[in-house]
Amino acid sequence: MSATDLVIDVAGVTKSFDGKIVVNAIDLAVRRGEIYGFLGPNGSGKTTFIRMLCGLLTPDAGSGTCLGYDVRTQQAEIKTHVGYMTQRFSYYEDLTIRENLDFIARVYAVPDRAAAVQRSLARLGLENRSHQLAGQLSGGWKQRLALAACLIHQPQLLLLDEPTAGVDPKARREFWDEIHQLAADGLTVLITTHYMDEAERCHRLAYLAYGKLLTRGTLAEVLTASGLTTWTVTGPGLRELAAALRGLDGIEQVVAFGNTLHVSGRDPARLEAALAAHRDAAHEWTRVRSSLEDVFISLMGTAKDNFA
Amino acid sequence: MSAVSHHPLSLPRFWAIVMKEFIQMRRDRVTFAMMIGIPLMQLLLFGFAINSDPKHLPTAIRAADQGPFARTLVAALRTSGYFALVREAATEAEADHLLKLGEVQFVINIPQDFSRRLLRGESPTLLIEADATDPAATGPAISAVRAIADSVLNRDLTGPLARLRARAGPINFAIHAHYNPENITQYNIVPGLMGVVLTMTMVIITALAITRERERGTMENLLATPVRPVEVMVGKILPYIAVGYIQVTLIVLAARLIFGVPMIGSLALLYGVALFFIAANLAVGITFSTLAKNQLQAVQMAVFFFLPSILLTGFMFPFRGMPEWAQWVGTCLPNTHFLRIVRGILLKGNGLAEIAPEIWPLLLFLAVAMTIGVKRYRQTLD
Repeated sequence: MSATDLVIDVAGVTKSFDGKIVVNAIDLAVRRGEIYGFLGPNGSGKTTFIRMLCGLLTPDAGSGTCLGYDVRTQQAEIKTHVGYMTQRFSYYEDLTIRENLDFIARVYAVPDRAAAVQRSLARLGLENRSHQLAGQLSGGWKQRLALAACLIHQPQLLLLDEPTAGVDPKARREFWDEIHQLAADGLTVLITTHYMDEAERCHRLAYLAYGKLLTRGTLAEVLTASGLTTWTVTGPGLRELAAALRGLDGIEQVVAFGNTLHVSGRDPARLEAALAAHRDAAHEWTRVRSSLEDVFISLMGTAKDNFA
Repeated sequence: MSAVSHHPLSLPRFWAIVMKEFIQMRRDRVTFAMMIGIPLMQLLLFGFAINSDPKHLPTAIRAADQGPFARTLVAALRTSGYFALVREAATEAEADHLLKLGEVQFVINIPQDFSRRLLRGESPTLLIEADATDPAATGPAISAVRAIADSVLNRDLTGPLARLRARAGPINFAIHAHYNPENITQYNIVPGLMGVVLTMTMVIITALAITRERERGTMENLLATPVRPVEVMVGKILPYIAVGYIQVTLIVLAARLIFGVPMIGSLALLYGVALFFIAANLAVGITFSTLAKNQLQAVQMAVFFFLPSILLTGFMFPFRGMPEWAQWVGTCLPNTHFLRIVRGILLKGNGLAEIAPEIWPLLLFLAVAMTIGVKRYRQTLD
């Protein structure tokens, strides 16, 4: 793999606000054409990190490149080649869809603007709504407009900050199909999300908490690296059972998923020993592969310990 | 309480609302500042700065006669407190020029043979020329002049001269109210409105312009594009300059057609200079919008700027009637200079040379406000 294949290549990126470290020495390398999922709880520093990648913020420390441009000094160049979709809908609600796209196309000096606007309307199926005010659109359509707008200048890198928050499952699925299509065409995508199903659709993942990168890799790598063993249990009195299991030696977390409890620990032998006392005929115990959610909940707990 | 509700009024619920309001009031610092600041500002301005009986008005003397009566008269005018004798004019042309520039409010002309004619009982004429663009500034001083002259001369006219006292008036007064001979208040107010209207709308409109982008979240998007801060600022200012010119035109038309305000000077010059004033106010608005967290705060800041711009600039009350500190504050406000320019051009027929001393403060203000605005705007995300 040559260096030019790395669309994002940063090391030690750090940012503080008012003395509080929000992003703490993050290293990240993203290859061309990759869909890179960025996960982490609210306030973990995902948005701040993305803003540093697209030239909105200057890192306090650290260095690196985005699309080959220096993230500290070449922010103007980065901005022209990156499409950034903000967490909150940030186009003009008092302009129509077409006017919004036209404005963005002008700002990026897109050649043959009228055709570019038309193409992007067509690609996202917004043609029939082009004269509608953006403010009147539903969440799903606003998200489509935002995606169309940040693609209009044909960026090489797409930074999407929680693009599917508040969007219904069908629209989310269509959105992800679109993202995969774009990635297949060579676009690199860095996307933050809270949804585990979306995380599983990414080529690679990184998990961020309290400004620190806790794990990264492919889905399989992240699951393996966690070293977590998980048992599920179904049956009566799960609430009491959960209370009894919590805090036992070998049990790191007990999480309720509907009518199922997920009981996880890092040492399989100690975990089984702890469970043995609570096994009975009324409950069904199954050893399962730890889910991404189990892993992330565990990571969050660990990070909190480190932070304290 | 709604008609369908069956619950009686609840004191704890009511108290919950009261407490919440107080907490929010305390958090919203700008509103808090406004609640304290506006009454304080009004107290200071109306209580101390505004004076409807302005004194120490700058006056030039053109004395062709240096006789004892002339000297007595001049001394008496000075001690009356209304006239501050700041200049001596040698010629009529020089006196006119001083009035036009607004450097003096009055020129007192003592004719060549004043003392001699007084002694002869010929009632010599004392000519007082006044810059009457603002009748409120000159009125009290003019009415004081007559009384002063009578009482002072009566003291000097003793012995054989006492016979002159008995006469109706030992001297005649001729008062020339320049630029606004009929003392019509509208002539002063209507051109002044141009500055006030522009200040209010230009500052508020632009103060909202960037704050709105931030409040609606569109600012982040804008900053992520290749657009430069200066492009955003100038791009936002330009459309409102057009709006400003529409307002100027409306006021000029109304002044002419409805109020019959004389327009002696060049309208082209007025339109040209208005650009600096409009831009200066827009720059203030932009600066406010980089400071304000939301649109409400932006409007509140605009009010803080607007209040001294009507009260301390000579729009509502005579500028020279204010104490020195208030005049200093006024001098820092662009409206003060613009008012002088508008009144100068329309009523006095001033040209570029005469208004130049008021143009550079406008430019200076524009440069400072623009610099702060651009500097602040750069920092918005970092």
